[in-house]
Amino acid sequence: MKDTDIKRLLYTHLLCIFSIILSICIPSFFLENFSILETHLTWLCICSVFVTAVNLVLYLIVKPNASSKRSSISYKVTRFLKCCIYFLMSCFFFHVIFVLYGAPLIELVLETFLFAVILSTFTTVPCLCLLGPNIKAWLRVFSRNGVTSIWENSLQITTISSFIGTWLGAFPIPLDWERPWQMAIERKKMCRSFCVPGMVLGTVTQ
Amino acid sequence: MSGSRASIGHSMLRGIPAEYGDQATSSSSSLCRALRHSQKARNYCSQGHNNHRKTPKALMTGSLPGFIDVVRNLNSPELLEDNVISQAKAAGKRIIFYGDETWVKLFPKHFVEYDGTTSFFVSDYTEVDDNVTRHLDKVLKRGDWDMLILHYLGLDHIGHVSGPSSPLIGHKLREMDSILMKIHTSLLSEERETLVPNLLVLCGDHGMSETGGHGASSMEELNTALILISSAFERKPGDIRRPKHVQQTDLAATLAIGLGLPIPGNSVGSLLFPTVEGRPVREQLRFLHLNAVQLSKLLQENVPSYEKEPGFEQFKMSERLHGNWIRLYLEENNSEVLFNLGAKVRRQYLDALRTLSLSLSRQVAQYDIYSMLVGTVVVLEVLSLLLLSIPEALSNKAELEVPLWSPVFSLLFYLTLLVLSALHVIVCTSAESSCYFCGLSWLTAGGVMVLVSALLCAVVSALAKTFGDGKFLSKNPAHPKPRWSELDVLILLGTMGHVLSLGASSFIEEEHQTWYFLINTLCLALCHEIYRNCLLRDDSEPQQCPHVEEEFIRTAAALQDRSTGCDTLEPHGVSRSLTSLDTLRGYEKWMVLASPWVILTCCRLLRSLNQTGVQWAHRPDLGHWLTSSDHKAELSVLTALSLIVIFALVQRKCSLTSKVALALGLLGVYCYRAAIGNVLFPWQRDSKDISKGVIEARFVHVFVLGILFTGTKDLLKSQVIATDVTIKTVGLWEIYSGLVLLAALLFRPHNLPVLVFSLLIQTIMTKFIWKPLRHDAAEITIMHYWFGQAFFYFQGNSNNIATVDISAGFVGLDTYIEVPAVFLTAFATFAGPVLWASHLVSFLSSETSSGSALSHACFCYALICSFPVSAYIILVTSLRYHLFIWSVFSPKLLYEGMHILITAAICVFFTAMDQTNTKS
Repeated sequence: MKDTDIKRLLYTHLLCIFSIILSICIPSFFLENFSILETHLTWLCICSVFVTAVNLVLYLIVKPNASSKRSSISYKVTRFLKCCIYFLMSCFFFHVIFVLYGAPLIELVLETFLFAVILSTFTTVPCLCLLGPNIKAWLRVFSRNGVTSIWENSLQITTISSFIGTWLGAFPIPLDWERPWQMAIERKKMCRSFCVPGMVLGTVTQ
Repeated sequence: MSGSRASIGHSMLRGIPAEYGDQATSSSSSLCRALRHSQKARNYCSQGHNNHRKTPKALMTGSLPGFIDVVRNLNSPELLEDNVISQAKAAGKRIIFYGDETWVKLFPKHFVEYDGTTSFFVSDYTEVDDNVTRHLDKVLKRGDWDMLILHYLGLDHIGHVSGPSSPLIGHKLREMDSILMKIHTSLLSEERETLVPNLLVLCGDHGMSETGGHGASSMEELNTALILISSAFERKPGDIRRPKHVQQTDLAATLAIGLGLPIPGNSVGSLLFPTVEGRPVREQLRFLHLNAVQLSKLLQENVPSYEKEPGFEQFKMSERLHGNWIRLYLEENNSEVLFNLGAKVRRQYLDALRTLSLSLSRQVAQYDIYSMLVGTVVVLEVLSLLLLSIPEALSNKAELEVPLWSPVFSLLFYLTLLVLSALHVIVCTSAESSCYFCGLSWLTAGGVMVLVSALLCAVVSALAKTFGDGKFLSKNPAHPKPRWSELDVLILLGTMGHVLSLGASSFIEEEHQTWYFLINTLCLALCHEIYRNCLLRDDSEPQQCPHVEEEFIRTAAALQDRSTGCDTLEPHGVSRSLTSLDTLRGYEKWMVLASPWVILTCCRLLRSLNQTGVQWAHRPDLGHWLTSSDHKAELSVLTALSLIVIFALVQRKCSLTSKVALALGLLGVYCYRAAIGNVLFPWQRDSKDISKGVIEARFVHVFVLGILFTGTKDLLKSQVIATDVTIKTVGLWEIYSGLVLLAALLFRPHNLPVLVFSLLIQTIMTKFIWKPLRHDAAEITIMHYWFGQAFFYFQGNSNNIATVDISAGFVGLDTYIEVPAVFLTAFATFAGPVLWASHLVSFLSSETSSGSALSHACFCYALICSFPVSAYIILVTSLRYHLFIWSVFSPKLLYEGMHILITAAICVFFTAMDQTNTKS
């Protein structure tokens, strides 16, 4: 049981990373002048869409917690809608936090918001997939000794390392770099690069 | 220009921006433009060097200012270095001076007539200039002088008070323009009689940054206009030249040559060649030769291998060519050959001058490595002693004892002392350059060496003890492994990150970002802790309510038994989650939940109040909006509101007398601000004449002293009677409120919200975070330190000397008196850290029942302040050849030094409080 879980976990993480790489490569075939640094806004959108899609698909295929006993359509619809609302709320929440951290209030609103969106795709979407719209469960997972399964453990590690990566990604801002919102990319890369070893570590240690 | 009889009108504008003489922006300087078109002016953009409150030193000596001149500049002693003024005096020139008093201090006996104006009342920008201009008509008519120096300060003051975009600047520039016109026409009419050309020099000693200050190294601060106007200059019509960039040090050499004086010995400048273009070739070459000889002499003094320098070789070559040219010239060979050779020699000389001047300016200062090493060793030893005694000092006993007197260590002590003194003698006898430490008297040096060796022994003994304890601990596996909470990890990581960031110049320039970032993260971590505690207990409460209650009481008792102290040994987690949060009801619980967000919002607002640092300093911020003259009404309302809120927040713990004193004092602050014209009274529509507000400020000072006195009296009483803890608490709070009142007086009005938010955050944190969550003394201390640092930058400070508000040092003073001025300026600059530290003292002594909390806090405060400083000293020592050493690293070192002094004072205060505590 555990071995199969670990295998599935590894595959899902590999797929996630692969989807990010794809989001870099594929659009250059369709869009002109596409590059990560120049048109980072488009790329942020595409990347978040890709990752969300992959997460959803994986969730539907793998079904780590097959616990949904009631499977009436209305229940599923409300659950889905709730998830959407939670996602939006988390986007706004992150946006507010970025502003509190010193992002300009009016200029660069779009960049800030897109960055909030991508951070919530990396953190909120897996949580929603795995735990559902259930705040109590979230708090349980993210407090000490609250993890019950290997899936939750990997979730905890990836989410926390995303946050830490974002947090560390803000450090180079005072350096004399030209365009400050290139930082979004930097942060993104940072946070991914922190996620990957985290995931691998998570899989290995189980 | 040929002779010693040329009379010079030399006017100088302080803080004149480079654009003054530039066509693009000179709508107000029409005369300059007209003059440039009449081919009588030479237009330059001179580049100065980084120095605060730049005195005329660099201009007159032509040498580069050292960084330590920043400190000396505040109270300039007489200038003994060779300079143009002394040379002119020696040559019997009659010099008249009007303007900034600094000149009179620098050149006390040089002027036949002078009128110094004090430059310290920064908010006054009309009187300082009128004081200069009123003499002008009389003096220009007289003509019994050779050199007239006018130093106008108004523009600089406007820059300091309201920034470079103020509407006042245009008026001031127009005024300066009319003065320039007056001087120029008068000089022209005089020339018609005497037929000797005059030179009018218009220059600024420094530029103006985006915020109106100066002293840093941005282009706006370094570049100033330099315009030379004389009828001796010839320029063909239609020859429009772009302003050229020259070094400020070039002016001294040019003036000396123009006046026929010897060039000052330490000048590194080269002659501005276009000024002598109108002279015959022979004289041109002679001037160039003079300058080159002086520079090469200076090079010989400073560089041992001067013969290999390219500039020196070029100079020798041009000297030879010059000889050839003179031979040809004497042979009356006035053909094209002579002309070509002359041009070649001139080119050679100019190249040689440029290279010589460059290589001289590049001469890095000689570092006094030996003294630096001694200082670093002392600092490192103290730091390692502090680090090694962490476990002991944070234990229940809270003792910091240093075992020194065992025989082995005394042997070690004497040995080290002997080695050190031998080393000292060897170094001091062999060193050829001057060394500060060798210059000290033997007694002082011996004292320092005793200190070094004693500290070394203490470190060694502490090490030995730690290892002994370590063995003991490893034998004792029952010792519980300490578990760190997220907050502790964050605090540790934040401190390490901050220390590491000090290695990069950009991070030092933008250090405020680091602190804002850290306190934001701290707030979020606190938020996480609070939510976890609240929500998870909501979950579990229904099932195990009695159990929880019982356990809560037990843990609380245990917590109170244990010293509230040690961030490494405190078991966190379960016991931490059972704090008094659940005793809170309804509204208070909501306040607890909301408090981190309130604090975050406050911090965000403060952040947009003062843009500081370098990269984003020019961004528009609320502070500028408020200080601009259009928004005086808003500023008045804000000031009044802030003062009321300050009163409301501070008065709740004061005694009645200090409540009244505080209210009157805050009223006095408003009156003071109204008197100096920052804010308006609602009934006062027309702006009446602006005074210096000395009486109002002294009124407030009296109340500050009164409150401080009552506080001290209470403290002493609590020590003598030793029964009532509340007296001591009230006394400490009164001292704190006295400091708040002083800060309210010294802060500029647009900075009063900083004070308000600081008090607000302190209140919120005390009530809703520290008390319910029961953080230990070490954590609370470090949070106080972080917030204190952040508020240092919220005030608008930066690691740049230019942002120090010197005008704060003259609140309530008529003239410059050194001790109070320095004290007030230091307090106004470091008000954030000082206020937070004094809040820490009063909070800990009132809240915690354990006696060791204060000593823990003192130890933590000392450690967390000294750690970055010691790391920074090592970093700076290793980076001393870095490009930005003077512009970025040295000011930061100055700030750190000041900060550590203040920390030492705070720690002494802590210890005194702790002593009274243990006695009672």
